[in-house]
Amino acid sequence: MAEAMQTAQALPVGSEGKRSGGWWGVLALIVTEGSLFGYLLFTYFYLASQSEQHWPPDGLPELLIPGVNTVILLASSVFVWVSERCIQRSMLLCSLVSMALAHILGVCFVAIQFNEWSKTTYDMTSNLYGSLYFTITGFHMLHVIVGLVILMALLLWIALGYFDHRRYAAVTIGGLYWHFVDVVWLFVFTTLYLTPYLY
Amino acid sequence: MTNVDQSMLDLNFCRVPEMGSAPVGSAAETRLARLWESAPGWRGWLSTVDHKTIGLRYLVTAFIFLLMGGVEALIMRLQLARPDQTLLTPEQYSQLFTMHGVTMIFLYSLPILSGFSNYLWPLMLGSRDMAFPRLNALSYWIFLFSGIFLYASFPLGEAPNAGWFNYVPFAGLEYNTGPNIDVYALGMVLLGISTTVGAVNFIVTLFRMRAPGMSIDRVPILVWGTLTASVANIFAVPSVSLAFFMLWLDRQAGTHFFDVLNGGKPLLWQHLFWMFGHPWVYAVVLPAMGIVSDALPTFCRRPLVGYSAVALSTMATMLLGFGVWIHHMFATGLPTLALSFFGAASMVISIPSAVAVFAWIATIWLGRPVFTTPFLFFAGFVILFVIGGLSGVMTAAVPLDFQLNETYFIVAHLHYVLIGINVFPVVGGIYYWFPKFFGRMMNETLGKWSFWVMFIGFNLGFFPMHLAGLLGMPRRIYTYAPHMGWTAVNMVTSVGSFVFAAGILIFLVNILVSLKRGVPATSNPWDAPTLEWAMPSPPPVYNFAVIPFVASRHPLWEDRLDEGVGRSSLEQGYLLMEGRETIGTTPLDAKPDIILKMPDDSYTPFFLGLFSALVFVGLLLHWRDFTVLMVLACSLSLTVWMWPRQALVQRVQDIEHDKEAAHG
Ligand code: HEM
Ligand SMILES: [Cu+2]
Repeated sequence: MAEAMQTAQALPVGSEGKRSGGWWGVLALIVTEGSLFGYLLFTYFYLASQSEQHWPPDGLPELLIPGVNTVILLASSVFVWVSERCIQRSMLLCSLVSMALAHILGVCFVAIQFNEWSKTTYDMTSNLYGSLYFTITGFHMLHVIVGLVILMALLLWIALGYFDHRRYAAVTIGGLYWHFVDVVWLFVFTTLYLTPYLY
Repeated sequence: MTNVDQSMLDLNFCRVPEMGSAPVGSAAETRLARLWESAPGWRGWLSTVDHKTIGLRYLVTAFIFLLMGGVEALIMRLQLARPDQTLLTPEQYSQLFTMHGVTMIFLYSLPILSGFSNYLWPLMLGSRDMAFPRLNALSYWIFLFSGIFLYASFPLGEAPNAGWFNYVPFAGLEYNTGPNIDVYALGMVLLGISTTVGAVNFIVTLFRMRAPGMSIDRVPILVWGTLTASVANIFAVPSVSLAFFMLWLDRQAGTHFFDVLNGGKPLLWQHLFWMFGHPWVYAVVLPAMGIVSDALPTFCRRPLVGYSAVALSTMATMLLGFGVWIHHMFATGLPTLALSFFGAASMVISIPSAVAVFAWIATIWLGRPVFTTPFLFFAGFVILFVIGGLSGVMTAAVPLDFQLNETYFIVAHLHYVLIGINVFPVVGGIYYWFPKFFGRMMNETLGKWSFWVMFIGFNLGFFPMHLAGLLGMPRRIYTYAPHMGWTAVNMVTSVGSFVFAAGILIFLVNILVSLKRGVPATSNPWDAPTLEWAMPSPPPVYNFAVIPFVASRHPLWEDRLDEGVGRSSLEQGYLLMEGRETIGTTPLDAKPDIILKMPDDSYTPFFLGLFSALVFVGLLLHWRDFTVLMVLACSLSLTVWMWPRQALVQRVQDIEHDKEAAHG
């Protein structure tokens, strides 16, 4: 028997928060998805820095609505965080309401972003900038939609009473993914909306 | 931690794992077997999540791809055997070398190593399965489907033809209007999903699924190799997936990423491709080197010399690999990009690789070698490694000599690297672990024949390619004129290739014969030191009747080595049989941390894999509605997959639990 190995100690069973496999798996997923966005933004800067076209072709982007939208998305993250905190204390209703709010804010983000898309005078095929803009925001949108499906599932599961203070790993894990999607947006936002002002 | 205290009372959420032993035939053992068994027949076949089955599937599938790539190569060698042959048209030759490269690099060399690691990791680490058994199944199915997908345009005579690194603009719509490049692009994105989820699984498994006491400095080198490869992959694969996806968008959706006329940059392709390509080459050799580092010592009757140095050099190699990609990013102008990738890669790899080579040589030197077939393959590997390394240094020493870099010299070099460092360890590894896989020994006589025929054929076939290169023969030409002076070398090369292929054939015959008539294997026929040899051959479905406690790097050699502080405990350990259970430990020192509930067999991985593949089929054929439908089917499968289950204690509601019955 290996020395100093305590064998008679009680251990948690099953998906226990940050000890669960899922938590570690999502961390790894975030690393690889983070790299994906890294490469996307690398592509943007690489092509933008060598472009002879006027950049962005339509002049500097307008900041107000995208800025507000950014705040909306971040607020959504805050509510996901609150929802997790509540479930830790077995405050189911609080958790449910926060999750619902988070979801609604996420949907608002999507709606506003779609509206932004429809306002542009270019599309994916018009020019290089259009290709980049729509691919990058499109990739992010895809992640937001996946995130919203996850939040929806969490909402349902909380409502069904699946979780309380003892087991709620799904909320922790799904929440982490949502925070990731929101943080990525900050990078996308900075790249597409703020850096054009720098040159 | 307050919640833990509260739930202490509830055994469903927190309990002291039972210690005990479960010898074969005991009630406990029977119960374990029932818990972990797959359903008989096709249902079990489609739904199994057993890492051993999945590992074997990976091995067999990847080996079939090796044979397919091999046949393509032999056809090329027939064409090149003599000057002015007309067996193949130039277009057919382009498709063949491209498909050969794609098959060998993507469908054979990494998947075969994933096969070994999938099968062996839990056994070596003292666990009952990988961290994510269902993800494991998914990664296999997607690998299989993407392989089929990549070959789909081959029968139409429209296979990818722009070389395996597929440079634009040649891979653009202008030069390649057919479906070939689209198939390649989408197939690679699909395969990327498989590689990524597989890598995530390995990483989490290493950090969470080791037996108590197997601290990070006690894991076998194969584990280090695969871990390093997996970490590299989760950073690198998105790069190539993105590149292929953007290429597909350019071709089919009218974007302009690589389109020179509209400000796009073909160079972007090369950046993204090589950011991935450099680490990838390490990913396909490091686990293979791990196989040798683990298996060679068994036949030298002593532990590997310099365990820590080899483990560190494994990781150093990967770090350098990422460094090499950076030279692509900051180097101005083209010369660096034009450098052969294998040339540059091997220049850097040679430093930490030298450490590994010295460790292997020292192990043989200081040991008492037993000249069995696996030993021959591993020793042969060391020799080829040195030759490949030398030719690598040569190409790297003439980095600006474009002549040499686009000649057969590089073809010779890359085959020494890939066959020497991947195929030889793989075949040796199969000889070594075959008894564990199937419970039978492989035939030694046939084994020795297969080694010598392969070894001689390989050197006969590929060494003269160096010469062809020095004589100025360019790569990727479909034929040559008689007066060029390349006739003799090419004939020798072609003959050697067929001899090498014959060696592989002997190996296959040996497998078939041994499966049927091999001598039954004991649990540890080679008297090896590591945990996978602690259980019967083939291993029972649950791997370990009790979760062992590990006290050293060589649990089965403790009596003679006396290196650890204590003794490992293999008979006595955690029973863990309230359902499929295993232990989760802390990442570094492997202290028991959690009782993990493992999922049952499930069809969802198969269906999710199938639907994902169909999404790509839909994209390829521009079937819009079908694609949307398949995306919905994927989401549905994922929802079913993720639904919190009581059996896995992912949720709290009304857990019915009868402890007495459970022990009955
Ligand atoms: C019987 C064994 C093999 C033979 C006879 C063989 C032969 C060849 C030939 C004739 C070419 C084309 C050279 C040219 O025209 O430029 C080639 C290319 C290549 N081979 Fe092999 N090969 C064999 C096994 C392998 C294996 C096992 C791997 C990898 C694990 C591999 C990887 C490659 C790669 C990456 C290329 C470059 C393809 C390209 O230019 O796009 N080969 N091989
Ligand atoms: Cu390079």
